Amino acid sequence: MNDHPLLRVNAVTKYYGSRVGCTDVSFNLWPGEVLAIVGESGSGKTTLLNAISTNLMPTSGTVEYRMRDGQFRDLYRMGEAERRFLMRTDWGFVHQNPADGLRMTVSAGANVGERLMAIGNRHYGNIRQEATQWLGRVEIDADRIDDQPRDFSGGMRQRLQIARNLVTGPRLVFMDEPTGGLDVSVQARLLDLVRGLVNDLGLSAIVVTHDLAVARLLSHRMMVMKEGRVIEHGLTDRVLDDPREPYTQLLVSSILQV
Amino acid sequence: MNKHSELAVYNFAYLDEQTKRMIRRAILKAIAIPGYQVPFASREMPMPYGWGTGGVQVTASILGPDDTLKVIDQGADDTTNAVSIRAFFQKVAHVAVTTKTAQATIIQTRHRIPEETLQDNQVLVYQVPIPEPLRFLEPRETETRKMHALEEYGLMHVKLYEDIARNGHIATTYAYPVKVEGRYVMDPSPTPKFDNPKMHRSQALQLFGAGREKRIYAIPPYTDVVSLDFEDHPFEVQQFEEPCALCAASGVYLDEVVLDDRGGRMFVCSDTDYCEKRRENGHRGHLNGETAGAAK
Ligand SMILES: [Zn+2]
Repeated sequence: MNDHPLLRVNAVTKYYGSRVGCTDVSFNLWPGEVLAIVGESGSGKTTLLNAISTNLMPTSGTVEYRMRDGQFRDLYRMGEAERRFLMRTDWGFVHQNPADGLRMTVSAGANVGERLMAIGNRHYGNIRQEATQWLGRVEIDADRIDDQPRDFSGGMRQRLQIARNLVTGPRLVFMDEPTGGLDVSVQARLLDLVRGLVNDLGLSAIVVTHDLAVARLLSHRMMVMKEGRVIEHGLTDRVLDDPREPYTQLLVSSILQV
Repeated sequence: MNKHSELAVYNFAYLDEQTKRMIRRAILKAIAIPGYQVPFASREMPMPYGWGTGGVQVTASILGPDDTLKVIDQGADDTTNAVSIRAFFQKVAHVAVTTKTAQATIIQTRHRIPEETLQDNQVLVYQVPIPEPLRFLEPRETETRKMHALEEYGLMHVKLYEDIARNGHIATTYAYPVKVEGRYVMDPSPTPKFDNPKMHRSQALQLFGAGREKRIYAIPPYTDVVSLDFEDHPFEVQQFEEPCALCAASGVYLDEVVLDDRGGRMFVCSDTDYCEKRRENGHRGHLNGETAGAAK
């Protein structure tokens, strides 16, 4: 890990009118680190994810990202063109529903190749070769390259979405319930794959999940949210093995009963 | 019912002066920002949308009493659509009309660009059905406008990629996307890609009107118009194996014409004026003579 964080989140607060989405959340994310944000639905974890990933402007607070030149930039003071460029090159966003992150009516190869074309790659053969390689890395057979994701299973779609995001070598990936809606056996395979990729590529990631098993398997550190606030924050093993807050203890005990 | 007297109560070229000024402002803005789609308040015209009401409104707004108008559909002046639009402007503007490319000051077209090189005193008006090149993959208008504003054109190459993946080559032959003056990506309407090179640095002003979609865009004279492609799949125009059966022209766009019910067919110029002019100048194709009449 580096001397400097990749992301600095400072006192991020989001209100919907008078209703609290999330309030006063601060943390640093370090290079190569995976942070899980856990909580029940309505806890504010998705609001927080959207506020950090520039999908939702916070009411107050700042989100700063360390660009490749080493300079920190306030994401909400960046021009839209630069921010969108950052999002499709240096960032990835894996949606819970693959249809939200894929183009369902273009081929798997074009789904993976789109980001390459967006940054100016104009060689069909190279794009296709790169797409083939990425399909392999997410365990999709090369002979499916011309098939559309609507012909894929749920697990394949999710793996394709991951490949589509990683093709530009991003440094930070956001994941919103990445295994939600998948069968348990499919979930386990996907989690193994994600964990392998994150390790191999040295990615930083922020994973939002209601599933403590996902947090356990993927993350180094976790934050527990309740009613818009972070109520517990620490190394994942510590939080799960020795939860300090009564609410966290309740969450942990309910998962252990299952 | 007398159609003529019904239309006679309208202003010169049918549209009122205020509407024409509004459309001219949109045209001037379009010329100032080559390839950019300018919204305009499209009016009802006394013809269905599919008949090129966008092009008709543009023509009506730039037409003066001294203009000479030519109207083509595909490459021909004598199709129903072209005849109707030409007759419309004869009635509502009493302008001179012609089928000869060189004599026209304004040419309204649905598909083709004339084979004869256009000059700097001519304006080519296109009737456009779908002006937005990004729409096929991004149906949200707010998003496509943003993509144009931020010059995010990766999607256009996704489309071409799909074409090659499916067909082994870029199979798009009509409405082939172009980049205008190195900035805006534009759909050249249902024009065959054969005509794309004619748009590049054309001396004539090119105006595009989409009536149903309420958009006007333009290519000013001498503007760079480059067809999108891949390094390893460069843009190419269609090649025809044989010359025109009537006038022996090669390097022009040909239509297939069925001669009889026994499978007889021939390829002839789609630009009928061009073909006639060549024949008048003594060019003879291999089927000219006894079968020439059958083709017309
Ligand atoms: Zn000919």
